Amino acid sequence: MTDLTVNNQTLSSSVQTQEQRQQKVRRLLLAPSLITILIIGVLPLSVVLVYSFLEPGAFGGVKWNFSTNAYVQLFFEADIFDGSLSFTTAYLEIFWRSISLAVMATLGCVLVGFPTAYFIATQPPERRNIFLFLITIPFWTNLLIRTYAMLLILRDEGVINIGLQNIGIIDQAIPLLYTEFAVSLGLIYSFLPFMVLPIYSSMEKFDFRLLEAGFDLYANRLKVLWRIIIPIAKPGIAAGCILVFIPSLGAYITPEVLGGGKSMMIGNLIYSQFGAARNWPFGAAIALILMAVVLISLMVYMRRTGDKGGLSHG
Amino acid sequence: MVDIKALSRWSSFKKDKLVDLKYQPGFSQIAWFCMVVLYAPIVVLVVFSFNENRSVTTWTQFSWDWYIKAWHNEGIQSASLMSLEVATISAILATLMATMAALVTTRTQPYAGMNSAITIINQPLMVPEIVTAVATLIFFAAIRKVTGITGVGYLIAAHTCFCIPFAYMPIKARLEDMNLNLEHAAADLYASPLQAFRRVTLPLLMPGIVSGAMLAFIVSIDDVVISLFVAGPGETTLPLFILGQIRRGVTPEVNAVATVFLLISVILVTIIFLVGKNKK
Repeated sequence: MTDLTVNNQTLSSSVQTQEQRQQKVRRLLLAPSLITILIIGVLPLSVVLVYSFLEPGAFGGVKWNFSTNAYVQLFFEADIFDGSLSFTTAYLEIFWRSISLAVMATLGCVLVGFPTAYFIATQPPERRNIFLFLITIPFWTNLLIRTYAMLLILRDEGVINIGLQNIGIIDQAIPLLYTEFAVSLGLIYSFLPFMVLPIYSSMEKFDFRLLEAGFDLYANRLKVLWRIIIPIAKPGIAAGCILVFIPSLGAYITPEVLGGGKSMMIGNLIYSQFGAARNWPFGAAIALILMAVVLISLMVYMRRTGDKGGLSHG
Repeated sequence: MVDIKALSRWSSFKKDKLVDLKYQPGFSQIAWFCMVVLYAPIVVLVVFSFNENRSVTTWTQFSWDWYIKAWHNEGIQSASLMSLEVATISAILATLMATMAALVTTRTQPYAGMNSAITIINQPLMVPEIVTAVATLIFFAAIRKVTGITGVGYLIAAHTCFCIPFAYMPIKARLEDMNLNLEHAAADLYASPLQAFRRVTLPLLMPGIVSGAMLAFIVSIDDVVISLFVAGPGETTLPLFILGQIRRGVTPEVNAVATVFLLISVILVTIIFLVGKNKK
């Protein structure tokens, strides 16, 4: 510390120019990425906020009149004839369905992902890498194609139904596709790697001698699992839950391909407002509400785990 | 004292579940189930892309027909070219910007505002894709209306933006792992900062840049939701084309295209994985 101050005093002028130069270089190098993201990623979000308080244009777009209709529409239906408002649950149902499907997908991912991550962590290093690679590949392959592959399995003429019919367990195809079941299965399938990878990274450095200590203290396997393994994996489980829940809640492709009209989610509702329904302000309002739900769940996550930098390893 | 290491070695040698301390009942079965679940649908997709029959249900005979049909399909051709164009340009732009940003966040003294810079770079990861899509659509529609400019540039700009954090991650990781002594040695030998960067840092950083560029490319070429909102008429990318086909029903032609698509992703991911493994 003293060294530094002496240096600063004696070399103050040259240090300052160097500092200034470094600052210039820093700005020059950071500018392109920051400007790009601020203009294309951040600024449009505030435009969404503005649009959600406007009136819809007849052919898409907006009319520049202030209106809170988009938010009112979420809860109330205007009568076509006299314009009187009555309470409607149509949109709330879609929100409720999205949240419950996202929760189910998250739970499903924990139930399959945690044992899988633990199993990988107990393998010798060579095999760990192979397993991790196998988990990572679906993570980076096209979500649409994987969802389409799921459709091939779940169809009435799909592998499951034909297989069960051939064995003779069922006579007629069970309708699996276009149900909420198919959507939650699809979400689990899509986002499973997001659960396995963070849990694995929290288990990776696990000192298995702790288990010996547990057994020495007369714990049984269940107790060791509950009192030692799960507490250590907890940060990973929490991160995994966030990483599965958020994309599941805003999912568009999965319900679009695997769900029917009765299993519409928020993502599809938003899309339809910019397509057939042509109600941009309403679409903008729903998108903002989705964003708010996501921010709240992120904040809960950060408060409970103390992860200030967000999902730094996610 | 009992030699615990010898004991556990013996236990893993004997594969005796009751002595293996790490064993938890059912966990390995679930792990294998997980692997099967992850890969079974993909295997079905790939297998039936080689089916001679039109149905994607019953296997009749091996054939390349659907690949040949897909190859000659004009919609698939133009969509593939569009995807390649958008992904290549976006990946290059995003990688350039991410490299510059990563150099600042790892190679300069920490300064006030560095954390907010990193937060901004990661911003596209924090917002749900569909919200980004809506925001970009509205914003670009407004610009289009005011300036009258149209074209594929909007789509490329949108892709570049969300590719930046993906390109940034491996480049930053590589810079953090790099041995600083080499850069100091270069400086000691009177290399100017620019020389040191060109002759020492850049060659060592190359694997990170390659990984970053490939990740950006994969993320861009895989994108559905943002392209769905932002792409104008005549800017159908391959995933959008496939989505349109799926809405119309299942055809083996889609299986063939999807298989090729998967193969490209798998090859790129494998390369990234191998590059990452070599760094130690």
